[in-house]
Amino acid sequence: MLRDLLIQAVQMALTLAVAPLLTGVVRKAKARLTRRRGASVFQPYRDLLRLLRKEVVLADTASWLFRAAPYLIFAATWVAAALVPTFATGLVFSWSADLITIIALLGSARFFLALAGMDVGTAFGGIGSSREVMIASLAEPAMLMIVFTLALVAGSTQLSTIAEIFSAGVGLRVSLGLALVALVMVAIAENGRIPVDNPATHLELTMVHEAMVLEYSGRHLALIELSAFLQLLLYVSLIGCVFLPWTLADASGSLGVMALGVVAWLAKLALAGVLLAAFETSIAKMRVFRVPVFLGASLMLGLLGVLLLFVTRSSV
Amino acid sequence: MLTGLALGFVAALLALAPAALAILRTPNANGLIYGASGVLSLALLVLSLFALLAGTSADDAVTLPLGLPWIGSHFRIDPLAAAFLVILNLGGATASLYAVGHGRHEHDRGRVLPFFPAFLAAMNLVVLAGDAFTFLLSWESMSLASWALVMAHHRDPENRRAGLVYLVMASFGTLALVLAFGLLGGADGHYAFAAMRAAPLTPLFAALVVVLAILGAGSKAGLVPLHVWLPLAHPAAPSHVSALMSGVMTKVAIYTFVRIVFDLVPAPPGWASAVVVTLGGITAVVGILYAILATDTKKMLAYSTVENVGVIFVGLGLALAFRANAMPGAAALAMTAALLHAFNHSLFKSALFYAAGAVLSATGLRDMEKLGGLIHRMPQTAFVFLVAAAAISALPPLNGFASEWLTFQAILLSPALPEWSLKLLVPAAGGLLALAAALAAAAFVRAFGVAFLGRARSPAAADAVETDRWSLAAMFVAVALCVVVGLFPGFAVDALAPAVGTVIGAHVPAQSSTPWLSLVPVAEGHSSYNGFLVFLFVALSGSLSAFGIHRLASRGVRRAPAWDGGFPDPSPLTQYSAGSFAEPIRRVFAPLSGAVESVEIPPPGSTAPARFRLTLNDPAWDWIYTPIVTAVGAIADWLNPFQFLTIRRYLSLVFAALVLLLLVVAVWT
Repeated sequence: MLRDLLIQAVQMALTLAVAPLLTGVVRKAKARLTRRRGASVFQPYRDLLRLLRKEVVLADTASWLFRAAPYLIFAATWVAAALVPTFATGLVFSWSADLITIIALLGSARFFLALAGMDVGTAFGGIGSSREVMIASLAEPAMLMIVFTLALVAGSTQLSTIAEIFSAGVGLRVSLGLALVALVMVAIAENGRIPVDNPATHLELTMVHEAMVLEYSGRHLALIELSAFLQLLLYVSLIGCVFLPWTLADASGSLGVMALGVVAWLAKLALAGVLLAAFETSIAKMRVFRVPVFLGASLMLGLLGVLLLFVTRSSV
Repeated sequence: MLTGLALGFVAALLALAPAALAILRTPNANGLIYGASGVLSLALLVLSLFALLAGTSADDAVTLPLGLPWIGSHFRIDPLAAAFLVILNLGGATASLYAVGHGRHEHDRGRVLPFFPAFLAAMNLVVLAGDAFTFLLSWESMSLASWALVMAHHRDPENRRAGLVYLVMASFGTLALVLAFGLLGGADGHYAFAAMRAAPLTPLFAALVVVLAILGAGSKAGLVPLHVWLPLAHPAAPSHVSALMSGVMTKVAIYTFVRIVFDLVPAPPGWASAVVVTLGGITAVVGILYAILATDTKKMLAYSTVENVGVIFVGLGLALAFRANAMPGAAALAMTAALLHAFNHSLFKSALFYAAGAVLSATGLRDMEKLGGLIHRMPQTAFVFLVAAAAISALPPLNGFASEWLTFQAILLSPALPEWSLKLLVPAAGGLLALAAALAAAAFVRAFGVAFLGRARSPAAADAVETDRWSLAAMFVAVALCVVVGLFPGFAVDALAPAVGTVIGAHVPAQSSTPWLSLVPVAEGHSSYNGFLVFLFVALSGSLSAFGIHRLASRGVRRAPAWDGGFPDPSPLTQYSAGSFAEPIRRVFAPLSGAVESVEIPPPGSTAPARFRLTLNDPAWDWIYTPIVTAVGAIADWLNPFQFLTIRRYLSLVFAALVLLLLVVAVWT
């Protein structure tokens, strides 16, 4: 029991510690791909520390919700990220929230982020919130369809169980292929990456996430940035644990097996970071009103995957 | 015993109506009547909760020598009725508590006070009724009492229109139910439900009864496309009545549907489940889409009721499908999900209507575009609205998520269904439900963000004051229950088990014995959810991070004008409005939304301003109701000459009709 708790605690700490590094790797790789030197991969840590030490400049019209939201968003995202198996399966608290709950926790974080964007009462915040909920209203159903596909193949919505069953081998399935493509598309949209949103922009016509958090400063901004890092980590870990589950250590494995699991996870993160950077540099950002087409495609792929499973399942 | 006691309380509620008339002029009439109806609702709540948890004996029925002389009036409480009585009287109790404070703002008391207890009593009687005659009488009384309450503010022409549409639709619904019970009763006139259950029913008649039940109960619950009256009538009533109509009366309609289709019809046709699931999915998405577009706070809430009714009907349809295919465990799960969502919806929708009513009485405004910044002026109302909005948006760890999660779990069990139609429909319905859940979050971010956050858009909103203590107490009771049910959904699931058992014959495994009170609907390895632990983790990590950052990093705060990209504009009109917030979603779902945009550019040389107009129109009106109204008008015109005939012509017409009917009878047999 104590050992299980320890693994869970290590997992929570690791996700928090590694999340800025992943974003640093993506930024570095993007810089190298555009023939710039780029900042060190540890720059996100320095940014966070700098923001944490600064005082908060709070708009006159901000309410308590604006001040509470960063903590809520951070807590919900962190808990969600900690429930995704990263290096070992069978986390002690994995039964308290299944994959649907993890998605809904991220939904809660977004709910409060969108509200915080509207709290100060500026046009920028509103435009960001409005676009964010539009994107979410298509990305969330697509994500649930993917969850349905995985759950139907594995016979469970528990992420640990899904990973265990998938690592035992479920064969090559068309539905899973569709789900993988759809999941990557949703991950790109949910994390505000190019071509849906540009995390580096400050041009009003293209902003979504940045417009919502425009009024944030100091420690509040640090928490929101860290939540965004965590969310990227969560999606990469999720794709890794579902589609490359063989490196996950068993909860009862020895220390060496665990360490191997951690190394494999870090390798997966690095690979995903470089791939994401390559993808982002090779594609242009799309107009906001093209995003529904992009996400609609992912929703349809997810639905098609579920439909295939429904149709091919022999009747009992 | 329990039934008799319940009838006594209901009779006391009924007696409150004339009492209200008698003391209308006294200054304490408001507090006395609402206080008394609150106490009686509370008594009925305790009684029905006892009946649900402790169980009722089958012979606990009462027959009164009322109604039709040869059958009398039958009443009984079975677990299904008890479950709905709990929903009903919980809503009634909080609405009465709220009205003790809120009712003081009423100008024309005589139009609300007598009808409110009568409305509550009639709804109770619908659920208590044990025969078709009593049921229909109570159903019609419920419709009429609520119609009178909708017409309370009759000087507003929009309310009069709402009243007319409601009356027509309610009559249509009752007609469908009369026909349904007529078919169930058969030629021998079995009016008592017990006799109907035993009577055989041909497949054709069973199919007809199911269709009529969908039409009759569905029109009252707000199934698309029978929903058009709901967003007109629910907001027109005083706010505590809106809460009752949206939170409770739609549940009475759902009770009616469950009673007829699951209980009274011995074998519903196989296609019924597919129809119900499809209607439910469409209702969910269409309802929430119009909620996003509506700028009237109460109308938006009414449209969101339509959405939630759709979610409940998806659960009911799945339960019907599983039961027809002898999968009792899955059927029990789907039914539990539907009933739990019905209960949850009555909680958060009541709280939301109470909060909207508090805003209405504080500002006199229902239009979101004129509100804003109310979180500063009405902090407690804003908090209630926020929690209830999070609950209705199905965010963990609140109660809306628990029932939505159960519905998804039921969908995940459905690939085992043998019917091809369901194999194709259920995944699509799952997709529609997911879409509706995401759109609901968008709709409530918009409603809360525009009305309560930002800066006040009108002087009325800037000068709003917090509402009275009675109203606040009612709101806090409702949202506290939302939180409790969200953290410990297992208790609610266990409480609903007897009701599920009555209609399905099975129930989900007992939840109160699972470790850590998790929700485990099927099996440990299959899926589980623990709202309490999720809440604990989020609360712990949130407060730990807040504590750590304040201790170790910084705690300084400086107030300054908003940054807004460097060019803040002091006018509150530069904020994002409700209309512009909905614009991206309106464009994405343009074919469904029925919104028409037009831009008028003045001719060159003219100094007139260019104008942008947006008209919102429910397509159901254009596609279904306008043709019907036109057809009825044409038929009426055609029949008009028959008003002015001589007595001889009338007599010959009567004779011809008689001959025709006799011929029909002769051919039929």
